[in-house]
This record gives sequence, structure tokens and C-alpha cells, in this order.
Amino acid sequence: MSIAAETKSQVAEIGEKYKYGFITDIEMDMAPKGLSEDTVRFISAKKSEPDWMLEWRLGAFRRWLTMTEPKWARVHYPKIDYQAAYYYAAPKNTPLKQSLDEVDPKLLETYNKLGIPLHEQMALAGVAVDAVFDSVSVATTFKEKLNEAGVIFCPISEAIRDHPELVKTYLGSVVPVTDNFFATLNAAVFSDGTFVYVPKGVRCPMELSTYFRINASETGQFERTLIIADEGSYVSYLEGCTAPKRDENQLHAAVVELIALDNAEIKYSTVQNWYPGDENGLGGIFNFVTKRGDCRGRRSKISWTQVETGSAITWKYPSCILRGDDSVGEFYSIAIANNFQQADTGTKMIHLGANTRSRIISKGISAGKAQNTYRGLVSVYGKAKNARNYTQCDSLLIGGDCGAHTVPYIESRNPTARIEHEATTSKIAEDQLFYCLARGIPQDEAVSLIVNGFCREVLQQLPMEFAVEAQKLVGISLEGSVG
Amino acid sequence: MLEIKNLHVSVGDKPILKGLTLSIQAGQVHAIMGPNGSGKSTLSYVLAGRAGYDITEGSITYDGQDLTALAPEERAAKGVFLAMQYPVEIPGVTTMTFLKTALNSQRRARGESDLDALGVLKLVRAKAKTLNVSEEMLKRALNVGFSGGEKKRLEILQMAIFEPKLAILDETDSGLDIDALRLVAEGVNTLRSPARAMLVITHYQRLLDYIVPDRIHVLAGGRIVAEGGKELALELEAKGYEHIVKEPA
Repeated sequence: MSIAAETKSQVAEIGEKYKYGFITDIEMDMAPKGLSEDTVRFISAKKSEPDWMLEWRLGAFRRWLTMTEPKWARVHYPKIDYQAAYYYAAPKNTPLKQSLDEVDPKLLETYNKLGIPLHEQMALAGVAVDAVFDSVSVATTFKEKLNEAGVIFCPISEAIRDHPELVKTYLGSVVPVTDNFFATLNAAVFSDGTFVYVPKGVRCPMELSTYFRINASETGQFERTLIIADEGSYVSYLEGCTAPKRDENQLHAAVVELIALDNAEIKYSTVQNWYPGDENGLGGIFNFVTKRGDCRGRRSKISWTQVETGSAITWKYPSCILRGDDSVGEFYSIAIANNFQQADTGTKMIHLGANTRSRIISKGISAGKAQNTYRGLVSVYGKAKNARNYTQCDSLLIGGDCGAHTVPYIESRNPTARIEHEATTSKIAEDQLFYCLARGIPQDEAVSLIVNGFCREVLQQLPMEFAVEAQKLVGISLEGSVG
Repeated sequence: MLEIKNLHVSVGDKPILKGLTLSIQAGQVHAIMGPNGSGKSTLSYVLAGRAGYDITEGSITYDGQDLTALAPEERAAKGVFLAMQYPVEIPGVTTMTFLKTALNSQRRARGESDLDALGVLKLVRAKAKTLNVSEEMLKRALNVGFSGGEKKRLEILQMAIFEPKLAILDETDSGLDIDALRLVAEGVNTLRSPARAMLVITHYQRLLDYIVPDRIHVLAGGRIVAEGGKELALELEAKGYEHIVKEPA
């Protein structure tokens, strides 16, 4: 069955547009509503954190009080009331589990609905999942196999307790506590997330993957991910995101930090399918995320691939600091905005070292009344001799009420740098659609086929098993967009 | 197989077809010839169901049903095929993927099961061979960077794969050199069958040297102005359209 056809039948089966729009009814352990030093202390205490971590959080919180929300992105939303949300929610009675058998069957059912194969299927797929349910990691599979290789893959709350030296060294070293409004907020109230450490010379034996899911109502999710690839190591990490359907907006302000030392490589892939709001723009996730990788070592490489189909608002710029000489940064992006979705996304490539190279391939698709902006910075510093960048930004418009915007910033302080920027904007042509129809391909499938073709270069970057899911998502996200 | 009665079609406010009547039986090959702007391409698009072509009067009956009530993709599934004058490029979608998607869409619409990847591959390869369509072409994005001849061969390949009941070939000869023309014509001739009707639309007589029609209709000013056997093509070639178009007046 073709991808497009599978998409269709899948949607028909589920009988609703957003298949992840279910709510799991589990008793929750929540922090009192609102945000204060007490909230920060509450979270830290819940996590049994050491003092240095609490101090770190409190420092961030005090800093945050002095900051204002950034307004430069091309997104519009009502003022967020930070006192009206809960900052910590965990399923009750869930001390850390040793095996899946101990996990609440309702949770497992949720994961099954999400299509996360936690059991034997995982072995076949060769994927380890650290599943984050709201704020607490409840099950980690494949720990043993990773242990053998010396790879640490665990909830960050656990890493803070068990690997304090690594956490102290690297946490906040790529995205400083003071970085920006949302990152600082995250530093104060982050509840959990993923920690990965790949030791020297180790090629991580499997794809690592985390599914995040926002479940509790009126809860912000602030996960924090820290990945360290030591000298000569390699790791590929994938995160998938879904959230249930609710009328109110929910805030998601994550921070991801990647560190690649000499000759190390990190591949980070995201399939983001948070609830986008309904056809009238009601509800949906506010996704304000800071993701940054530091190519700290020589000949290191960090590659971001993202497929962004969800969220009411996306504010996200996975970036690379190319510090080590001969290091390489890549950014491959598909951003789809339909109905009233707004996406302002792109990347920053900061060339500090000599012979550093970066590559940016961005595919933006706008439909309905959506606004889709690519915002990117390529900056070459004085010492980055022979730095190279290639940027390609393609926008595809479906219908006449949407918008595509490309905002590239280019700065070069080194005359030997070479920077290329190409941009195109196109529409799905009526003759392309008619050609497909006349060959028997129904309209929604035709749109999915054409858009998947448009995104091909980026889809090819995803790990195989996730590329298929991403192709389906592309189809689902744009259903009915051509009237 | 196809019965067109008093067909009037407008594009925007502009009437293009003004009372066209035409009938084709299964097993027959008819040709429509006519000068530029006579409405030839409009006829082919109307038969395939393209949006923007408004039928203001008349009827089209295909296989006993009202063709105009069907969406373009339904027509395809029911066996209507249009080989287009200007095949469209779809970047990033390989020709093979496109063929598989189209074939299985049609099968599904008919309540048949999907053909798996291997089944499609076998079918396509077998048909591709006779039309000189290479493996490499099938791996390239649909029509992207194809020469004029390659595009037209791919159209005929699709016809061979989909096995339509009614095939409309819109200026399939345009942009082809003599070798390519011969290859395409051979492809069409092998598909002639007692169960299939074909409508060959062309400006020039030369295609009809290779695809010999049972009947020729001359279209001018949105109407059929002359009809005859294959010898009509030669007369047109010798005397030009003007001669014939003026005659009935």
C-alpha cells in the first residue's frame, strides 16, 4: 500500500483528525498552581535533588523574574498567564520502576495507543525508549544492552543523582541559564527529560528514542535533554511528540543541549506532532523550544533533522555552535502549518573554528490560514577561515490564504568564508493535481504525494523506521487542505 | 463506448465547444483533427474531468453512464485514460512510486486489492521493455528532466499499465522526432483491442500514417465539420484545413 493510501486508511480507521487526542484517566500528583520559589523548591524536593541543583534552579528563577518574553518572532498569541498553570504533574504512586511489569497498565495502554512498541517489538526495531509521561520517566528499556556498551541513557533526574559530575560539567554549558526567557524558565522548573552519555570511541549500538507526552490538563511540560558524545563516539537520537486534544492552550518549553567532543557525531531527529488546535484555531500547544548543539571538539559533527507538523505555535531554532576546527553542522527541516497554525522556525550556524562547514535544508509547507516563517542565522567569526555554508529554503503554498516567509541573517567577519543561500517559493500547481487525479489518485493522496516529493531530501535524513511515520504525518496534517 | 451529444463547453465566459457530437464503439480508433484553437484539447480535458471546463449543454455517455457525474479519479478507475500533451513534472516523486500509487488507487476504487511492490515492479518492467523505458527513467522523479520523447513514452507506458477502456491521446505526436513517433505509435498499436476504444487527437496527418484510424472527424470552431475514413487525412494534408472548414458554410 502506498504511504498516501496508508495514511488515508489509517485516518479513516481512527475516525478523527487528531488520533492522539485521547486523555488517560490516572490520578495525578501535582504541584500547587502557579509559579514561585516555592514551586521550584517543590519540584526539586519531589526529585530528591542535591542542593547544588536546587540552587541552580533558584538562580534561574530569580533571573527569569527580570526577563521579558521575546516578541521578535512572526507569531501572535494571547498573553500567557504563567501563574495559571501547573508546573509539576506526575502519575501518583509511581516510584521508579525496575521493569515494565510494574508499570500502571493504563499507562502502557496509552503508549500502545501512541503506537510505541515497548515490549518485544522494540528488540526487532532495535530502539530503546525512555518514555516520559508528563513529568516522570516510567519505563526505560534496553538499559542493560546500553550498559554493556557503557552508554548512559536515563531520565535526567536520575543522572542528577547518579552522575552529578557529568551533569555539573555539561548542564547549561550550551544553553546558559540566562540564554532566553523560555530557556531560563525551563532551567527553573524543568521536571524531567533525558540524559545520554556515550563514552570515548563507542558507537551507540541502537537508535535512542524518547516519546514525550503531555497528558494532564493545564500543565506546562518543561523537559530537559542533555546528550554528550565523548571523543570518537556516535549516537543517533529520536524524539517523537504527541499531546491530547484540549480547548485551552498548553505551554511546552523544552531545552535540548548536545555536546560533541573531538571526532564525535550526534544525529538528533524530531518528529513533532503536538496537538495543533482545531480548524478554527482553538487550543493547541505553544511550543517554545531551545535546542542547541555544541561541536566542541575538532572534526565533530551535529546533525538536526526535524519534522514539525503539530503545535498551534512553534518557536524553535535547533542550532549548531561550530567551535572545533573542521567541525560540521547540519539542519534538515520540514515545517508544516495548516489551518491557524503558526510556525517560526529555522536554525543558527555559528562558525567559530577554521574549516567549519554547515548545511541548511528547509522545507516549509503552508496551508489553510497558516503562517510559516523560516528564520536562520549564519554567522562566521574572524577566526573561522575557510568556513563554508550552504542554505536552501523552499516554501510550498497550498491555497491562497496562507503565508510563507523567509528571513535569513548572514554575518561574515572572515573574507575567506563562502556562504550560499538559495530560496524558492512555489504553489502546488493545478496541473500537477489534475495530472494525479486523471491517473486515479484521489485529491488528499495527491497532495500528500506531491508534498512528500517536495520534502524528500529531508525525509531521507530520518532513520528508516521513522521516515515512514513522518511520511504518513505529512499526509494527515494536510488532509482537506485543497478544497 | 463513448457517446457525445451536442456538447457545449465554456472556459470562463468563453464558449469553446459549440455542439459537438461524436460516437465511438469499442474496438475502434477514431482520430480528431483540427487547426489550432479549434477545441481539441478542451475536448480531451472535458473527457478527463478537468476543473474549469463548464458543460453548458449536451451530454457525454461512457459505458452506459453519465460521464460528467464522475470525478476525474473515478473516471480513471472506470477506465478512462488521457495521454496528455504536456505531461506534468512532480519533483521528488519517483516515476515508479507514482505508477504504483496510481495503479493501486485505481484498483482500490474498483474494490480490488493492492498490488504489492514486487507485483508492480514486475508489471511495470514487462511493459517498460517494449517501450524502451529504462530502469533509470523509472527511478527518476516523474517527468523531471525528461526529454519530449521520454515524456510521451511514459504516457504510453501508463496506458499499457492501466489498460483503460477508453484512451484519449492528446497530440501525442507533438515534439517527437520520427523514431520516437514510430516507437510511440507501435506502443499504441499493440494496445488496440476489441474491448478498447481510442480517440487520437492530432494536428498533423503524419501520426495517422502509423496509427491508422477507423474514422476521422475534423473539428473546427468547436464543432465537427467533416467526417470520413482514413483517406480524409490525406485530403486534409493536400488541401489544408481551410478548404474543409469553409466547405459546409
